[in-house]
Amino acid sequence: MAINFRHDVDNVLVEAKKQNKPVLLDFSAAPM
Amino acid sequence: MWPDERVVRFVNENFIPARVHVKEDPEAFKKYGEKYNAHWTPTVLELDPNGEEFYRAEGFLPVEDFLAQLMLGRAHMDFKKGKWDEADKRFREICEKLPNADAAPEALYWAGVSRYKAKNDSSALKETARAFKTRYADSSWAKKASIWS
Repeated sequence: MAINFRHDVDNVLVEAKKQNKPVLLDFSAAPM
Repeated sequence: MWPDERVVRFVNENFIPARVHVKEDPEAFKKYGEKYNAHWTPTVLELDPNGEEFYRAEGFLPVEDFLAQLMLGRAHMDFKKGKWDEADKRFREICEKLPNADAAPEALYWAGVSRYKAKNDSSALKETARAFKTRYADSSWAKKASIWS
């Protein structure tokens, strides 16, 4: 079980509006 | 903190998760960092469906405190939208599931406010003030609630 973080933030924002769902935006420096 | 199952479940149920990484994509980090005034990591923002920020957690936190912050932010979103019953439920869930988290006293305070707003009944505030006498009595939130007793 994992969080599938997306990296296309602009598309995420458009989708959030369509789905009426909040966005969690993580500014990270953690090893990937 | 991210691999924790409780965090994963909460994020997947409540948000569309997105990440900008300072090293992997510095251009995106700069672009969105400027847009949202986020210049340090870790910084986690909760945005409403219109992309407006309504909560942020900055700096590392142990898992339970981090999860409580995420839950607090989500509860505040319902509160700000006037969804009093939903907010009340979310705030109380923090106190029940993560009673030792740093955010729990704040959650108890706002749970009381949410219930007052939902029912327009000041007894909700008095009950909250009473609850602070036995829980989180040394917190600043207990001081804020003391006016209600």
